[in-house]
Amino acid sequence: MRMRILEISVGAFVLAGVVALVGLALNVSGLNLSNSDNTYTVYARFENIGGLTPRAKVTMSGVAIGEVADITLDRDMLMARVAMNIHGNVDFLSVDSSASILTAGLLGEQYIGISVGAEDENLKDGAYIEDTQSALVLEELIGKFLFNEVSE
Amino acid sequence: MNQLALLGHAALSKLAAFGRAGMMLFQSLVAKPQPVIMFPLFVKQVYFVGVLSLIIIVVSGLFIGMVLGLQGYTILVDYGSEQAVGQMVALSLVRELAPVVTALLFAGRAGSALTAEIGLMKATEQLSSLEMIGVDPLRRIVAPRFWAGFVCLPILSAIFALVGVYGGAIVGVEWLGIYDGSFWANMQNSVDFYDDVLNGLIKAVVFGFVVTWIAVFQGYDCMPTSEGISQATTKTVVYASLAVLGLDFILTAVMFGEL
Repeated sequence: MRMRILEISVGAFVLAGVVALVGLALNVSGLNLSNSDNTYTVYARFENIGGLTPRAKVTMSGVAIGEVADITLDRDMLMARVAMNIHGNVDFLSVDSSASILTAGLLGEQYIGISVGAEDENLKDGAYIEDTQSALVLEELIGKFLFNEVSE
Repeated sequence: MNQLALLGHAALSKLAAFGRAGMMLFQSLVAKPQPVIMFPLFVKQVYFVGVLSLIIIVVSGLFIGMVLGLQGYTILVDYGSEQAVGQMVALSLVRELAPVVTALLFAGRAGSALTAEIGLMKATEQLSSLEMIGVDPLRRIVAPRFWAGFVCLPILSAIFALVGVYGGAIVGVEWLGIYDGSFWANMQNSVDFYDDVLNGLIKAVVFGFVVTWIAVFQGYDCMPTSEGISQATTKTVVYASLAVLGLDFILTAVMFGEL
């Protein structure tokens, strides 16, 4: 009987460990396995990406629809080229959609907001979003402001 | 000249201890598996090392989470960003505090007990008697205890992290009135399962290995006297804590520091 209680408590202990791990995965880290594989990639070129990093979210009307996969420098156009993984079920982004780099709050992280255009044709895997708007860089804004003040 | 010789002697004996520890580990773990005999012994040790440590882990996890929530709130509320408390509590617990504090508590609660138990077995010549009747004490005594510690620490660390996060949520959301949704949403946005939770667990696995190894070795290698046992127990707690804190820095640098 002693051995039996011992085994039961060890079983409960191991189970508690598994439950804790699952809780950490689902509740704390918000792990979402369901639509992680089914994505397609679209690209966009930006003049300036500011503080955008890989894994930053891509949103449409504030809803997360994907994440930034990769940021490289386009050698020919001398612009930043951002690759975005968009969830497969979001397949209605028209070819004239625009992408802009936005900031969450005053000091928050930067993310990409996509707004859909009017064309009937949709973006396919590997397509480029042509209409882009760069990140607002605070120093540039202040610089412009000062320059205007001086010229007046 | 005498001092130099003393230094050399001390260095050599430390090296020899490392060698003995490695030999002991190798001899107790690398052998023909005997699941029928070993598994009940292992389960018994999981009970002593893991289940009985559960209370101290849960209580300290809860209080550490609550303190983190309180401290984070009082600072972040000045900047109007008290929603970030969830993110702060979860990241600091999952990445750092859960593995490290669990390992430190584990060294104090279970490591010292392992050392004292094995040391007393050695002092009362139970280990020699086992050897005399043809049972390898390394396999029968040391191996199940080692595996139990190795398995238990990651489990305890996961429980610690989860209880701590809920402790932080109790203080932050229930008492201080942070908005429920943004508390959890900020946390889930910033905590990544692979980068944060799994790396924290890897830390716990490494600490489990080191702490249990130190504990069983100090017990097995102690002077077979009452004084020797007390010294070995002290050494277990001191060495294990130092090893955990030192290794934590190295692991953090490799995992999160982009070195």
